[in-house]
Amino acid sequence: MSASPANPPEQDTAESAALLEVRNVAKRFGAVDVLKNISLSLGAGEFLTLLGESGSGKTTLLRLIAGFEQPSSGEIWMSGARLDLLPPYKRRVNTVFQNYALFPHLSAHDNIAYGLRVKGTEASEVSNRVEEALRMVKMQEFAGSRPSKLSGGQQQRIALARALVNRPQLLLLDEPLSALDANLRKQMQSELKALQREIGITFLFVTHDQEEAMALSDRIALLRDGALEQVASPREIYAHPATAYTAQFIGQTNLLRGEIRGSIASCGALCWPVEEADGPVIFSLRPEAIRICPDGQRQTSEVKFRAAVRQQFYSGSTELLEVDCGSGQTLRVRVPARGPLAGEHEFVFSMADAIRVEEGTKEVSSKQITS
Amino acid sequence: MFSRAYRSLVSIPPLFWVAAFLLLPYALMFAHSLWAVREGVIVHHWNLSNYKTLFSNPVYAEVLFRTMRIAASVTICSLLLGYPLAYYLAFHAGQRKELLYQLVVVPLWVSYLVRGYAWKTILGSDGVLNGFLQYLHITHEPVGFFLYSPFAVVLVLTHIYTPFVFLPIYAALEHIPRPLLEASQDLGAGSVQTFWRVIVPLSTPGLLAGATFAFVLSLGDFLAPLLVGGPSGTMIANVVQSLFGAAFDWPLGAAISVGILVITIFLLFLSELLEKRWAFK
Repeated sequence: MSASPANPPEQDTAESAALLEVRNVAKRFGAVDVLKNISLSLGAGEFLTLLGESGSGKTTLLRLIAGFEQPSSGEIWMSGARLDLLPPYKRRVNTVFQNYALFPHLSAHDNIAYGLRVKGTEASEVSNRVEEALRMVKMQEFAGSRPSKLSGGQQQRIALARALVNRPQLLLLDEPLSALDANLRKQMQSELKALQREIGITFLFVTHDQEEAMALSDRIALLRDGALEQVASPREIYAHPATAYTAQFIGQTNLLRGEIRGSIASCGALCWPVEEADGPVIFSLRPEAIRICPDGQRQTSEVKFRAAVRQQFYSGSTELLEVDCGSGQTLRVRVPARGPLAGEHEFVFSMADAIRVEEGTKEVSSKQITS
Repeated sequence: MFSRAYRSLVSIPPLFWVAAFLLLPYALMFAHSLWAVREGVIVHHWNLSNYKTLFSNPVYAEVLFRTMRIAASVTICSLLLGYPLAYYLAFHAGQRKELLYQLVVVPLWVSYLVRGYAWKTILGSDGVLNGFLQYLHITHEPVGFFLYSPFAVVLVLTHIYTPFVFLPIYAALEHIPRPLLEASQDLGAGSVQTFWRVIVPLSTPGLLAGATFAFVLSLGDFLAPLLVGGPSGTMIANVVQSLFGAAFDWPLGAAISVGILVITIFLLFLSELLEKRWAFK
């Protein structure tokens, strides 16, 4: 662990609203760097999602904040005090565990009461607050049930109530919905979001599901191999992915690799004017940014190309096309559902929708990770 | 899935086993307990006098009471040794776990008799313990009560049955999902609270199983009192043995055996009931 600074950290006005600050935290397990120099701050009342593939270090970061692991270097601060030096039972942080980790020998009621009883809360207050928590997650009638008698979704609610009854400053959720089936998952997402708005507690949510992250979060922190790839709001991260990895991970995209020469970007069969310096380049072009252009007309800000439809995947309101624009260059195009298509068609996209992205192999410096 | 003929065929060996080695001996024992001995011969004269003797002669009650006391002491001592050992192995032994586990289990492969005799050489007047105490000038003459006393019986039985207590407790502790311990800490409980509120309740079934092993096995033990018990350390099984041997009163011996059997079945039933009460699945 690194030495703590001689002076308490100076906080400028932008950071003063931060509830949690992760500063240059790294974690090594043996020879493996699970987390590399992570800096991240969380505002009070925010819903932030740590998104990443398995092995990206998102759960490890959560465990560092909960106190189940110690950082190899760096510091974690909460409400202006060092958090990483406290044992887990002294942190005003509660966790909803991946498989709920409900105590099998206690009823739903006693599971929720656990944290209060451990702290020696008066019996009357315990029962009041447990009642309130049960009502909040709509589980009053199951107060006396053992966890083994509850379904996955019900256990999920009890786990949530058990954490929230302690009125934590920060709630950590470790893939809490991953064990639920798809329908229940959607429903719980919506309830979780509503609950977070209602009680105003800061949520740090871990998931590998980008749709879930997009639907729930105020901001998404995308982790890749133990480093932060990008931290931004869902709309921002989707519209302006910083790297090729982010563009591919969040939603679907077409990565156009090519080069700029003499203010012309050329990527395979496509080329259009840009005002950037010469050199190799990657653009991200979302499938829905491309449309079919039946009359062959394009505006000056648009790029037109001809391509043959190779595959068509129907998904209700829209359909995804795989089109070949010659010399094996395949693009994905999402269009409103319009019936079977075949043969060659004219397509257009707006130049502004081709977002320039970085290769993204290098570590993202902490100045890009502002809240 | 399987034909009826096949199913009845495969059930023959176990049924035969139970009938020949369990039901038949018990039936014989029960029958004997209702017979009598006349002039050195067992006569098939049905009566309850053996059970009357059992209840009227204070010697039997006294020995039975002592047996229960010894069994209870063994149970408590082996729990006091076995639980902390199991706890250490399950939660804190780290890489030494496998080795320590083997060290606990290996003595089970050594003959009971050998271990009993080993204690005899340790506890006797010329034994290792007395020699050591005199060498240190703590005592000046051999201490007699080490051997041939209820103390010696409890010591030997505790040594022998602690692994039996350790194993189910260790299994129960190993099965506690580790996230539960993290959840407890996360909710504000330190290690002492986590121990009493989570670990103890969740290991109670193992603890009950271990205690039942120790108590029931000690209750029927006759080798330890024979080797190190002396007259003051005699247990009920020794009485049964002598009635079937030198005293040649099989009917009374059988009646006592039936009594022990009833107590044992009651204890197993009770333990089963409690384990169910504490089982969380």
